[in-house]
Amino acid sequence: MYISLSDRGKRDKPEGARTALTSEVPFRLSPVILWLGIVSMVTDVSSESVTAILPLYVTGFLGLSTIAFGLIDGINQGASAIVRIAAGWAADRSGHPKRIALAGYGLSMLARIGFLFAGGFWAIAAIVTGDRIGKGIRTAPRDALISVSAQPEHLARSFGVHRMLDNIGAATGPLIAFFVLLMIPNGFSTVFVVSLAFAVIGVAVLALVVPDIKARGLQGTEDREERRLFAFSWSHLKEPGLGKLLVAAGLLGLVTIGDGFIYLVLQARDSFAVQWFPLLFVGTNVVFLAFAVPLGRLADRVGKIPVFVGGHLALLATYLLAAAPFFGGLWATIGCLVLLGAFYAATDGVLAALASQLTPPGKLALGIASAQTVVALTRMTASAGFGVLWYAVGAPTAMVAAAGLLACAVVAVAFILRGARVAPAGDVSDGA
Amino acid sequence: MSGALAQSKLRWGALLAVTALVLVAAGIYAVGAYQRFEESRTAASSVGVTAGQPLPAGPFILFRNTASGQGYGKAATVPLSAPDGPRAVSEHECDRVYGTPEKVVCLRTNRGLVTAFEAEVLDRNWQQQRSWPVPGIPSRTRISPDGSMIATTVFVSGHSYAAAGFSTATEISFPDGTSGNLEDFALMVNGERVLATDRNIWGVTFAPGQGDVFYATAASSGRIWLVRGSLSDRTLTAIHDNVECPSISPDGTRIAYKKNDGGALAPHWNVGVLELATGQETELSEKRSVDDQIEWLDNQNLLYGLADETTDGDSNIWKLGTGPGSQPSLFIAHAWSPGVVR
Repeated sequence: MYISLSDRGKRDKPEGARTALTSEVPFRLSPVILWLGIVSMVTDVSSESVTAILPLYVTGFLGLSTIAFGLIDGINQGASAIVRIAAGWAADRSGHPKRIALAGYGLSMLARIGFLFAGGFWAIAAIVTGDRIGKGIRTAPRDALISVSAQPEHLARSFGVHRMLDNIGAATGPLIAFFVLLMIPNGFSTVFVVSLAFAVIGVAVLALVVPDIKARGLQGTEDREERRLFAFSWSHLKEPGLGKLLVAAGLLGLVTIGDGFIYLVLQARDSFAVQWFPLLFVGTNVVFLAFAVPLGRLADRVGKIPVFVGGHLALLATYLLAAAPFFGGLWATIGCLVLLGAFYAATDGVLAALASQLTPPGKLALGIASAQTVVALTRMTASAGFGVLWYAVGAPTAMVAAAGLLACAVVAVAFILRGARVAPAGDVSDGA
Repeated sequence: MSGALAQSKLRWGALLAVTALVLVAAGIYAVGAYQRFEESRTAASSVGVTAGQPLPAGPFILFRNTASGQGYGKAATVPLSAPDGPRAVSEHECDRVYGTPEKVVCLRTNRGLVTAFEAEVLDRNWQQQRSWPVPGIPSRTRISPDGSMIATTVFVSGHSYAAAGFSTATEISFPDGTSGNLEDFALMVNGERVLATDRNIWGVTFAPGQGDVFYATAASSGRIWLVRGSLSDRTLTAIHDNVECPSISPDGTRIAYKKNDGGALAPHWNVGVLELATGQETELSEKRSVDDQIEWLDNQNLLYGLADETTDGDSNIWKLGTGPGSQPSLFIAHAWSPGVVR
């Protein structure tokens, strides 16, 4: 599948020039991106180690019910999405994305200290909420820092490197936690202490090593930013490129059902998947980290939009493979994990790269935050809607229906993004 | 220039110091925790225990032993006549346990780099008869009075990537080795079938003397019902509101349950008893929140577990009469998941 980036008139120039440059500018990883990747890696070790054992701790050890956690998690996801927009705006406005990111990482770290003392349900719920909000705050400013530190010719690849490091942490965290519990069956407090240690290291690396880079082109746009405070989402839609990207990402998000459903389909069909259920998450993360850099490179070479849309074809294949009645067993499960991991590798970092490229100067973090929020909210909606379909018509039929809708959305998005202007952010004339 | 260099050196030095400090501190804590665990594991049990015996011949209470020291977390029994006497502790670790005179069902967490969960059936000599994986953290289990069917409820835990979130999975396993997921049963409320996305079923209790009938909790869209289930029709029919984790009395006339009066986010479960023939509810005088499937000691008294307020990982079994004004009393200390076997 090839999606033409048909740029017309003068706008062809930067795109053409960029393509020509790709082969000439050697890739050099900015140390800032490497360190941000390490920050994310240790922070993910910290958060995923706790996430993995939290249900066991709450139900098996404290003797509490987890049903209410589902509700709190839903509320948190919504809150996290809103905080993300605000943090993106604050990062742009202050001109110091690092400070906002540091606040986010710091809040998550402080929440972890609470685990050492908390016992009851509410204390844990508050801590988890603090951690989630911290994650919402830090993501967009951090991606803005990556964007300004990367070579424009290797933007997607740079995001790929960061996402690879990030997922190394996400895959390692649960293993560390379960290893601790294997050695010390009631050692939940040890997991919390280890988690806090990694969170402290993450904050220390960010505070001490990552420079306080100013977002480009901030000067002179500040006054206008102020006036737009209450209309930022509408002003985005007026930006020719980003508006289309938000619509496209939202449309695809609306047909992206949660991984949980895919795992449940696999589990219902295959006894292997029941026993190794926790490994499904780790497996997807491992594939994600393995493909993050290669697919980022591909995106820099053939274009980010084709790779972003192509990633959704991998998701389409995942749905079909999970729904296929004639093809089951271990290999179908592994095939689904590989395709799902490839989907994340082709879309997560690439979306941030696309958004930062399409965002005018001075709004970088807000642009990235908008794209990520649109994706998060539409995916939440999709999961809720798919749940209804799941019970109405059964898992395989619902899966095929989702695949059909996704195929339509991919075609629609291919048309929407055809005319999208993909030029380095620096070339976009100031403001709108 | 040299100032900047010195500052850079200072920053790297600080990072190195912070990293080393927290890693060493976490390491020391982990080693200490490991040693404490080893000591408590090998220490003599804090209560009187005997080991290596088959199930008692007379009526007994089956439970999970949570007394510190050897035997922590293992299935244990005490005679019905001496619940606070020495306990016979088995070699089987169980998170939830239930039994009949001839059979024990044990839901268990198998720790490892991949933590898995398992249900196993043991005979009266604690020999494993069969086992099968369950898809989440053990929550409830019951055996039908004739010993032929086993119900299990587990929490299917989500993950940061799993938008499905927390939910329960409840299965009934039949004598022929097959099993049925109760979410596949038709849920009928006021004559209409509920198809909503978030249906959850938990806490099965088998009606005595009626092989086909069981009761359970069903929830959807924030509403909770007591349902009567039919195995042959594969239906769940709502018969009462806000009754969770039902437990039917030995004479089959009443249902003890927990009832949430604290809202979905801050649950507080009171203990209630429902008269099946009249639909009359009586709330009992337990002030603490009871998050357990209640067990009938006899036709007038209930048993349930409560987490210990002072020690994480410990719990106690309490007794409460169904008569007016009855106050809860400690029944078995350092115990969880009671089952009365006679």
